[in-house]
Amino acid sequence: MRVGVITFPGTLDDRDAARAVVVGGAEAVSLWHGDADLKSVDAVVLPGGFSYGDYLRCGAISRFAPVMQLVIEAANKGMPVLGICNGFQVLCESHLLPGALTRNSDLHFLCRDQEIEVVNNQTAWTNSFKLGEKIVIPLKNGEGSFQCDDQTLAMLEGEGRVIARYVGENPNGSRNLIAGITNAKGNVVGLMPHPEHAINELTGPSAQGLGFFTSILNAMVK
Amino acid sequence: MAKIVVDVMLKPEILDPQGNAVASALPRLGFNFAKSVRQGKRFEIEIEGEPTAAQIAEVEKAAEVLLSNPVIENFVVKVEK
Repeated sequence: MRVGVITFPGTLDDRDAARAVVVGGAEAVSLWHGDADLKSVDAVVLPGGFSYGDYLRCGAISRFAPVMQLVIEAANKGMPVLGICNGFQVLCESHLLPGALTRNSDLHFLCRDQEIEVVNNQTAWTNSFKLGEKIVIPLKNGEGSFQCDDQTLAMLEGEGRVIARYVGENPNGSRNLIAGITNAKGNVVGLMPHPEHAINELTGPSAQGLGFFTSILNAMVK
Repeated sequence: MAKIVVDVMLKPEILDPQGNAVASALPRLGFNFAKSVRQGKRFEIEIEGEPTAAQIAEVEKAAEVLLSNPVIENFVVKVEK
């Protein structure tokens, strides 16, 4: 089981993501934004950071990177893709996921441990969790406010495509407390907070983020 | 030489925290005229000679694909002399 982790210029969570993949039980494969080569991976993680300096809009330029053309094609055919934070922004800009991530409602960059509730455990990346399971993982971003029009929101809610919600006060103004969503097939997941920073208690607030990386193994075995 | 300007604005229904922050800073400085403020982006693109209809159509395509995110933003393309 090979899971690719893409590095764009300005990516900063690629090493933690690769480590989380390994601790989860898969082989981590480094992918470079400029190479049109997925190196025969079975799944891809788009890690957090500030790809291309967040110029223009977060994720707007990464979307056109050579490697992303292959990711978009493979994702549309069913390959599991997880976008975390900046990766979520890239997935929205790539139109693999609906909606957009905009400036936090209070304009502050947030960095804190955040409780979220897993509200869909049927996706390639969330099947290790119990439905309604509450986990604490880091949230660290400036543009994490999930926005979409009413019709899209009704579609996401109606089809059960919200995968995680913030618990308690809304940290960033996201509609319906949305922390993560999935596509119709459940193979592409975008998540604002960072499970890869919470895979053991020595370095993170919990080890509860690991579930995203063990889920992908279950998904491939099925 | 002509200048093609692309103005990109958040759609009216999308929350604009930056515009709101500007709106609340204005009265603190004694400027009391603003009922609301929306903040956008402006791109100025220089081209050689007068723009043709085909060039403007190309800029509109670029505005749709790259300069704006149609999920949350609208844009207007205009030519300035």
